[in-house]
Amino acid sequence: MLASIAFYVLSVIAVLSALAVITVRNPVHSVLFLILTFCTSAGLFVLLGAEFLAMLLVVVYVGAVAVLFLFVVMMLDVDFAELKQGFLSYMPIGAIIALALFSELALVASASMSAQGAPISIATEQASEITNAEAIGQVLYTDYLLVFQMAGLVLFVAMIGAIVLTLRHRPGVKKQDIAAQVGRKRSEGVELKDIRPGQGLG
Amino acid sequence: MNPATDYVPLISLPIEWEWALMKTGQILAICILLLISLAFLLLFDRKVWAAVQLRKGPNVVGPFGLLQSFADFFKFVFKEIVIPAGANKTVFILAPLLSFVLAFVGWAVVPWGPDVVIADLNVGILYLFAISSLGVYGIIMGGWASNSKYPFLGGLRSAAQMVSYEVSIGFILITVLLLVGSLNLTTIVDHQAGGIWMWHGFRIFNFAEFPNNILVGVVMIAMLGMFFISALAETNRPPFDLPEAESELVAGYQVEYSSTPYLLFMIGEYLNIVMMCAMTTILFLGGWHLPWGSVEGLGLNPFFTGLVAMLVFYVKIWAMFFMFAMVKAIVPRYRYDQLMRLGWKIFLPTSLVAVIVIGYYVAFLAPAATHTVAGG
Repeated sequence: MLASIAFYVLSVIAVLSALAVITVRNPVHSVLFLILTFCTSAGLFVLLGAEFLAMLLVVVYVGAVAVLFLFVVMMLDVDFAELKQGFLSYMPIGAIIALALFSELALVASASMSAQGAPISIATEQASEITNAEAIGQVLYTDYLLVFQMAGLVLFVAMIGAIVLTLRHRPGVKKQDIAAQVGRKRSEGVELKDIRPGQGLG
Repeated sequence: MNPATDYVPLISLPIEWEWALMKTGQILAICILLLISLAFLLLFDRKVWAAVQLRKGPNVVGPFGLLQSFADFFKFVFKEIVIPAGANKTVFILAPLLSFVLAFVGWAVVPWGPDVVIADLNVGILYLFAISSLGVYGIIMGGWASNSKYPFLGGLRSAAQMVSYEVSIGFILITVLLLVGSLNLTTIVDHQAGGIWMWHGFRIFNFAEFPNNILVGVVMIAMLGMFFISALAETNRPPFDLPEAESELVAGYQVEYSSTPYLLFMIGEYLNIVMMCAMTTILFLGGWHLPWGSVEGLGLNPFFTGLVAMLVFYVKIWAMFFMFAMVKAIVPRYRYDQLMRLGWKIFLPTSLVAVIVIGYYVAFLAPAATHTVAGG
């Protein structure tokens, strides 16, 4: 009873806020709605019994990725009336992509439903014995360790590539050298001059 | 005696509704406890600050100024709410509410004693981490919605700052998780039962494990220090209060806020600090356990065990808060580039190395009893 109320509340909010992401005019509002969508989907994960995934969704997407989105969108000064100019000409291609995505989702959902008679979920398969985190750890770090590490390596290379492409050493930039500051001696910093009255340093 | 059989309900409700009602009561109780504690913690903060500077601090309202926070509260509430004309009204109001609510939400999983916890989640520590990473939204939203330069700069600063320090906090949490082998906060605290040498922060005193205690002890006490410093940065507390650095940004993201919305921001900020104190206590300082043994070892009945446990936990939170207050009074503010350097170039590599060292200890050196990870 409570669970079904929670499910309906969460899913209605998720769908509506997902809709709002693409319909509201202000880009910052649309990122905020995106965050709301993430949070409600995390709630749906909890209802499915996948609390570990739910928390990861919040930590990674809401806590880090969406912050960066918000960061960028806030600093950009985008004229959205101008951006929406080409809407009609892009519409067919967008519709085709949306259709393809939707049919893929439907295919996966129907396949998993018909295979077992009920949706497959990580949580229900190993319900009582071990926790979510342990189940995922088993899969990632024991069963598929090599594949997982390779995926990590690919991401790592991509990250290094992005840094190498964007890193530029500009000459003449002043940087703080803390070791040099701390290691400075009195003799290097202070000089005692004997200045006579009426003559100055000249 | 089975309490379920001779339990006569006052009003008969479906069991899950009754459960929901009970949880609501517990949540209210915790919120009230927190708010009242906060009133005195605020005063304590100001008193410590004053004492360091050889002042008396607030001493007019009530005996020793004890009622100062309540006077402040009424002053805030009765002032007019000013919303700037160019502000984005919805987000402007939403931001302090978000900070305020998120500061409370995290307390749902904090264990106050054996079985004294609202929600004993399996992923408790991740939940706390997630909630504390959400805290940045209140600040960014407030800074942006004010539609003014200083708040905006403050909001951006805090976003960068909090995201940076979250990374090292994450790795520090992993060292503790490796030692315990569980994400559940109650399990983490129970793993530290037995005395001060079992607390994660002070494993160096656990001479039964010699010589491994030196390795773990040195790493873990460093992690305790780093967690404390990261907590300061994460809660925008001096010396890392750059989002509201008054010498540069007037008051950062909260410039345009007045009256109750400002109060909500401030309560949220202080509650986050108290939450960080509680997290430090749970992760490194043995939670509700006494320095010379576990609370259960006192041999009291379950009710008094719970009460003593809560008291111990509460005292530890106050002790940690004292540290926060002292840092505020003693340490000068960091410059922004120094802050970023500390976070990314010092804390991140150090905590990564610590994860590797603790992982090595757990895999090869630890006694089998602590080795609870399944399938290891």
